[in-house]
Amino acid sequence: MGMTMAEKILSRHSGGGRVRPGDIVVCEVDKIVQIDLTFAASAPMPNRIADPHKIVVILDHAVPAPTIADAEGQSIARQFVKRFGVEKFYDVGRGGICHQVILENGIALPGQILTCTDSHTCASGAFNCVARGMGPLEMLQIMCTGKTWYQVAPTVRFELRGKKPANVFGKDVFLYLAAVAGSVEGHNIEFGGPGVAELTLDDRATLATMGAELSADFATFPADQRVVEHLRSVTDENFEGVESDPDATYSASYEIDLSALRPYVARPDFIPGNTLPVAELAEEVPINQAFVGSCANGKLEDLRIAAQVVRGRKVAPGVRFIVTPASQRVLKEAVHRGYVETLLEAGAVVTNSTCGACYGGHMGIVGPKEVCITSSTRNFKGRMGSPSARIYMASSATVAASAIAGRICDPTSFFEDNL
Amino acid sequence: MSDPLVVRGRAWLFAEDNLNTDLMMPQTVFGKSLEEQVRAVFATYRPGWVDQVREGDILVGGRNFGTGSSRPASLLLKRLGIAAVVAETLNGLFYRNSVNYALPALECPGIRDLVAEGEVLRLEVATGVVENVTRDERRTGTKMPEFLQAIVRSGGIMERLRAEGYF
Repeated sequence: MGMTMAEKILSRHSGGGRVRPGDIVVCEVDKIVQIDLTFAASAPMPNRIADPHKIVVILDHAVPAPTIADAEGQSIARQFVKRFGVEKFYDVGRGGICHQVILENGIALPGQILTCTDSHTCASGAFNCVARGMGPLEMLQIMCTGKTWYQVAPTVRFELRGKKPANVFGKDVFLYLAAVAGSVEGHNIEFGGPGVAELTLDDRATLATMGAELSADFATFPADQRVVEHLRSVTDENFEGVESDPDATYSASYEIDLSALRPYVARPDFIPGNTLPVAELAEEVPINQAFVGSCANGKLEDLRIAAQVVRGRKVAPGVRFIVTPASQRVLKEAVHRGYVETLLEAGAVVTNSTCGACYGGHMGIVGPKEVCITSSTRNFKGRMGSPSARIYMASSATVAASAIAGRICDPTSFFEDNL
Repeated sequence: MSDPLVVRGRAWLFAEDNLNTDLMMPQTVFGKSLEEQVRAVFATYRPGWVDQVREGDILVGGRNFGTGSSRPASLLLKRLGIAAVVAETLNGLFYRNSVNYALPALECPGIRDLVAEGEVLRLEVATGVVENVTRDERRTGTKMPEFLQAIVRSGGIMERLRAEGYF
């Protein structure tokens, strides 16, 4: 029997033998990404580390520092970088949200293993990389020893075909998968099929990132020509991707026809099994805040779409529309292309790149009983602020259309010219 | 010395599916002292619960217990006095954190029907055997692999790293 992409990558990093679900393998880790929150003053600091060339430090969650404790942690991060000679360091204003910075700069490469303390680390699976979130203590262990263990999980396969309609985006595809497959805890996700080629790299990154919300371990895509071309343009490092074998074993397999999809929305508190087409949302949902941002959907494509929707219109009275780019590069490009000006004209707030509002950290915290629609990563109760706030999730198009309407609404009318 | 992977204690039932790390460690306590973080465990979900927990109690969870982020909820549960977690299924990241902080954890499908709150459970994490001492009933869950048992027995990965001279 053959192996899945994740099984092949784990095999390659643990001596090359065949690996099966249930096996525990100890692997050399290729890339170790540390974020600002792991450098709190209370966190222990090792006296030696395995290899500073494998370490990347990215300050993203609480930047620029909203509290003294955050500022202190970031100062410790800078000391760490200097002391151990870490060359890949993305300080405030130099990088952005770690997963976007990783993809933009060719840090995650096909066939490699990457670890980071953020739970959306599976984002790097968009580039055929085995990547998952780890606890802060485990990250310390990996920095020290260069290795960690994985228990090989069974894999759920999504076979994509067809092409999305113009009003459907990567987030809609994901919210549909969440309705079809539900939670897949204890499993990996693998994407394949001819539909992958129809998805932009940003859409693939959205899907891989959101794998965390289905509680998947890894979420991997094949490294097709589009991925390889992008990576060749940003890094000289060698890589060799993996394909899944035709006779690889899957615990479940779903055929997804992208051309049949519609804009989707998740109701508050949890995503798996809690999503439906926006048009079928029976109740009227007035909103207080609309948020476009995060590693999942603060991409250039999201800012372009948001700008297209709000162009020549105004954000509804009583609504605040917050847009947070996923990286400094995205922000710069969005300024250059005029998206930012369009958003500002409409009455949106455009922030610097940070995890910010997505994790309820800063720059967009929601108050008691408020309603937010977001294109970010997670809608747990209390995630973005008050536990009594209600967080709906949708694509950046739906979020922007809702910001204009003042209530959750289907964005299709904004894209009809292209349908 | 007694086996850290055999735990006997009073059960607390958190039977709802998908109880997440943000409920156990809300963002509002990031950067606060460990004591303050422990006080916040399930504070909005089950106010006052932290005051009722006794050292050695066992937490019984539903499906996908501990879904969410990498924030070390397992450490906070352990510091609160929870001696082990047994759930219908455990979220993968929560499980890793539990092993690494030496909080015994195992999956036992059907556990919700085997126990009522306050009853006494005995868990053998290495074999997966779950016994309801109060009812004299038992069930077998998923055993913890030996590789992971060794991490828990050594007191978690921080103890290992200290022993290897990294700190």
